[in-house]
Amino acid sequence: MDGVQLLVSGLANGCVYGLIALGFVLIYKATEAVNFAQGDFMMLGAFVTLGLTNAEYLHLPFWIAAPLAILIMAFFGYLLDLLILRHLFGQSQTAVVILTIALGFVIRFVAGVIWGHEPQTLESPLAFGDVSLGGVVLGMADVAVIVVTVLLTWSLYQFFQRTKLGLAMQAASQNQMAAYFMGIPVKRVQGLIWGLSGATAAVAGILFASKGAIDPNAGLLGIKAFAAAVIGGFGSLPGALAGGLIVGVIEPFAARYLAAGYSQIAPYALLLAVLVFRPHGLFSQVRTKKV
Amino acid sequence: MMGAPLLEVRNLESFYGPIMAIRGVSLSVEEGQIVTVLGANGAGKSTLLKTISGIMDPEKGSVSFDGAEIQGEEPHRIVSRGIVHVPEGREVFPLLSVDENLSLGAYTRKDRSAIERDREMVFEYFPILAERRHQEAGTLSGGQQQMLAIGRGLMLRPRIMLLDEPSLGLSPLLVQEIFAILGRLNREEGVTMMLVEQNARIALELAHVGYVMEIGRIVMNGDADRLMQSEDIKAFYLGQQEAGQRSEKRWKRKKTWR
Ligand SMILES: Nc1ncnc2c1ncn2[C@@H]1O[C@H](COP(=O)(O)OP(=O)(O)O)[C@@H](O)[C@H]1O
Ligand SMILES: [Mg+2]
Repeated sequence: MDGVQLLVSGLANGCVYGLIALGFVLIYKATEAVNFAQGDFMMLGAFVTLGLTNAEYLHLPFWIAAPLAILIMAFFGYLLDLLILRHLFGQSQTAVVILTIALGFVIRFVAGVIWGHEPQTLESPLAFGDVSLGGVVLGMADVAVIVVTVLLTWSLYQFFQRTKLGLAMQAASQNQMAAYFMGIPVKRVQGLIWGLSGATAAVAGILFASKGAIDPNAGLLGIKAFAAAVIGGFGSLPGALAGGLIVGVIEPFAARYLAAGYSQIAPYALLLAVLVFRPHGLFSQVRTKKV
Repeated sequence: MMGAPLLEVRNLESFYGPIMAIRGVSLSVEEGQIVTVLGANGAGKSTLLKTISGIMDPEKGSVSFDGAEIQGEEPHRIVSRGIVHVPEGREVFPLLSVDENLSLGAYTRKDRSAIERDREMVFEYFPILAERRHQEAGTLSGGQQQMLAIGRGLMLRPRIMLLDEPSLGLSPLLVQEIFAILGRLNREEGVTMMLVEQNARIALELAHVGYVMEIGRIVMNGDADRLMQSEDIKAFYLGQQEAGQRSEKRWKRKKTWR
């Protein structure tokens, strides 16, 4: 019974890692650069929602605040590409990577200035106590996180498979030159992918903040999500999610069954093992690099 | 046929950094024609097509299409004008299905029912693509990928198709098959083509007009039949057996072209 509780809370954490990992992979596939501010995007999305809905700030209804925050973060991603990243065109990918690292610092600083450094709790209807299912007590927030992640994943899948824009995004990340030949406005599509990754980060942030308190350093868990993306193969969206779930589930079990010092490094130990034994990631063979 | 040409390139110059790859090229393509540009590896054929389709911006010169100057325009604007570039080495989207690849060919179009009719037209010319329509493009053979690249180009319902070495890396039999289909597309659907090739014999058999390109310049042009009879062409492009003597001979005789 205890195992089930550990599993569910591990899966819920894993969903958040998975959604951040999804952002890493989206950007990587579209632009061949890694956005190391992805975790900070998540934190920012959480704080924007909190700033819109919490009583001491704007106090909008949550169901208005959440979509608004997602939109704001999508816009943030798109503008970031339009105003800054696009002008690095022709520079090496390293320039973009360093820029995103710097951006992470800036976002943490700005969030600290606006919302302070004390941990705060999002007033989220997703966090309404526990439910008891046949003797197992589950956090409602954990269940909600899993459900929302499943729904989001399903919608993203439909978007990539069924819409013209989704198909164009896949095309632009599989063969950029050929995408130009088809008349796809590749740069604009890349901007929209930055927008999509901002929106995904906002969802991850809302879910994360529904499970517990957040502070401006919350984005540093992006490192675990990065590990998750690598474990998943860094080229596949399903792989990123699966990598997130694996890291999420390993953590609570390692904390339970391993000595204190070792449990924290469990996800990274797995990362190292994967890099040594399956350098292309666990899922590279299962579904070779489909967006 | 005496109206203004559909595509007219004048004194075009294109660079890769300091390297001048196109050195003042002029040529024209009439509506309904197949025009071929022949040249050895590195002559600048691909660069010429990339400059026309807007992937590269020219340093000097002009490209006019249907009366409008289009040089330096964004590639997607040029595609919307009906100019499609079928690139060297096929460049299909490897993880997308044949059907999805074809849909992307029509990316700039909105007329859904006409697009579906054109998909059927592509399947008529390339029945193997209909058979494989749900298969990932990356798993097709080289010849099938070339057919897909051409089919994907047709999905634009192009006013002109720029073909970059469709014979590259294919068996002679497949080359025959694909060029026969290109001929039918020209006659039956009226597709205007600009075909860049190293394989001079097959290209001249298909084309109405030919140009010969050397190190970024046009060194010779004329009706395809006449070029086929030319001694220079015979020596350098049609006589493929004496590869060893070719470079030397070419050096000596090049001057007669200027
Ligand atoms: N990306 C590039 N960077 C630098 N030089 C290039 C590049 N692509 C082609 N070139 C040079 O430009 C010239 C023309 O190349 P290209 O147009 O590809 O010739 P072709 O298609 O006739 O084989 C060649 O000398 C080639 O080395
Ligand atoms: Mg070439």
